[in-house]
Amino acid sequence: MMDTNDVTARQVYWRENRRWMLILGTIWFIVSLGCGVLWVEPLNQIQVGGYKLGFWFAQQGAIYTFIVLIFVYARVMARLEKRLGFEEPEA
Amino acid sequence: MSLTETTYLVVGASFALYVFIAIRSRAGSTQEFYVAGKGIHPVANGMATAADWMSAASFISMAGLIGLSYNGYGGSVFLMGWTGGYVILAMLIAPYLRKYGKFTVPEFIGDRYYSNTARIVAVICLIICSVTYVIGQMKGIGVAFSRFLETDYETGLFSGMVIVFFYAVLGGMKGITYTQIAQFCVLIFAYTVPAIFISLQLTGQPVPQIGLGSTLADGTYLLEKLDRTLLDLGFQEYTTSVRGSTLNMAAFTASLMIGTAGLPHVIIRFFTVPTVRAARTSAGWALVFIAVLYTTAPAVAAMARLNILQTLEPQPGQHLAVEERPAWFKNWEQTGLLGIEDKNGDGLIQYSADPDTNELVTLDNDILVLANPEIAKLPNWVIALVAAGGLAAALSTAAGLLLAISSAISHDLLKRTLMPDISERQELMASRLAMAGAVLGAGYLGLNPPGFAAGTVALAFGLAASSLFPALLLGIFSKRVTREGAVLGMLAGIGVTLAYVFQHKGIMFIPGTSFLGDLPPNWFLGIEPNAFGVVGAIVNFSVALTVSRLTAPPPASVQQLVEEIRVPVSSS
Repeated sequence: MMDTNDVTARQVYWRENRRWMLILGTIWFIVSLGCGVLWVEPLNQIQVGGYKLGFWFAQQGAIYTFIVLIFVYARVMARLEKRLGFEEPEA
Repeated sequence: MSLTETTYLVVGASFALYVFIAIRSRAGSTQEFYVAGKGIHPVANGMATAADWMSAASFISMAGLIGLSYNGYGGSVFLMGWTGGYVILAMLIAPYLRKYGKFTVPEFIGDRYYSNTARIVAVICLIICSVTYVIGQMKGIGVAFSRFLETDYETGLFSGMVIVFFYAVLGGMKGITYTQIAQFCVLIFAYTVPAIFISLQLTGQPVPQIGLGSTLADGTYLLEKLDRTLLDLGFQEYTTSVRGSTLNMAAFTASLMIGTAGLPHVIIRFFTVPTVRAARTSAGWALVFIAVLYTTAPAVAAMARLNILQTLEPQPGQHLAVEERPAWFKNWEQTGLLGIEDKNGDGLIQYSADPDTNELVTLDNDILVLANPEIAKLPNWVIALVAAGGLAAALSTAAGLLLAISSAISHDLLKRTLMPDISERQELMASRLAMAGAVLGAGYLGLNPPGFAAGTVALAFGLAASSLFPALLLGIFSKRVTREGAVLGMLAGIGVTLAYVFQHKGIMFIPGTSFLGDLPPNWFLGIEPNAFGVVGAIVNFSVALTVSRLTAPPPASVQQLVEEIRVPVSSS
């Protein structure tokens, strides 16, 4: 059975997990549906090299950001698991 | 050596490699057959996932969809949608299902919703999504063979089936994983080499992603030149032409994103890694490998479009003469992907947005990738490589889909529902038989494609988004959602999406049975049928949550199960 410490650790883990999901999910929304679709016209007024900025987000930038988001999430969760003693043994 | 001989050599070598791997990685247990023994390294799984994910549609058609049909910016829905889903997968789905640690997606739904009805509904949704998807792959295999190897379509399809049969039936997930890794290497090499050459020729820049934002030999920016040329011909500007409306683009992108996160053949790839932590990093690696192709594709789209425009009209007002068209042009006319009609009889080809005066009457999307090496005058071995790459993309995705289908049949229908008493050996035999049946079934559908085979891949995403994704998400993030809620939610979501597609595209896509007509004014809020998955998902969520409030909460054991999957280690 779970003891009280374990229950508290689980609550902390889940709260922190949801916090990171919210932060990273917001960035995910901003770079894709935000910069790539909703605000694409104003961003297209800005030119970076040969790219209009809105177009760049939609066809390049959003994808690069997605990669960073996943690795950041993987890293913060691994650290959180270490801190709370939820680390899995290497298989 | 002729082009056909070179192509046979390159494709033959790649097939020999897949067979070699198949013989080396036979599955000896159901654990190996379904999830490759859970021993795949996260980077290796990322590579296999990338091949599993990138289908014939990604490899052959996507650049053309972006560059031609969706005229540039509009095609961004595919780029963002088919990559953004991996963020959802990595944060909201894969780690928890990996912790759950079983074999299939319907298995989780059946156990979490303590109901064999939920299990069966999930199996049905899975089969509908995966079968629509696999038909496209089988067609891709047949077409790639017939175009590059000059066989007929049927021979091509049979050769592909024999190869898939060999490694999927023998090795299950284990064989599929290692062949997918090899197939990823073939397809990514085949995609990037022509792209690098074209970028070098046009912009002097070897990295296509940078080349797309660079200047041409005359000092103007490539995209600016493309915008201006298209405007002159009466098209919309390349970098700003929206698909439908902003709302339609947002709905389309969102549908592809959540569809990605709900497709069973992608999710089960994350069951093969050793830990929950590995499932997260593996999703990151998968996206790295996918992004190599997905950030190159928009460059291929714009550069190949510009190349075609400049072939047809090297200087403004100076049109290509019908008699002087290059050899590749004539070759692709024979396949029906290109077609000209000299309407005004001046012996010149005038390309324009106006259908009355346009003389390039056929310009198939696939031409942008398939004819790319020839347009850029690349050597024969590069053309042969494109053939091997297209086949690798189609074979790897077909195998992943077939495994998802056959494991749902042998594990969820047979072992978990109909015949729970069969031994592991019997189940392994059943899973091989189910796989053999699935390969034959897919081959049959590839030979006799049903009427709805045309736009099927995009449809599969709408269906996964509206049925499986909400059930999985609620199963992890809510302890209160009940079996009644989940079952009715899945049925409502997939029902609404199918009804919307059928009412605009025809029942089972049979022309003439669409009672609302496929016309934008009839679309709900201007959302096209392929983008409707997100609306179906919202219906699914609403029904599931409402019904759950009205029914008895799930038993304590299920609530305990949800607690357990949320943390990576089990409580002692």
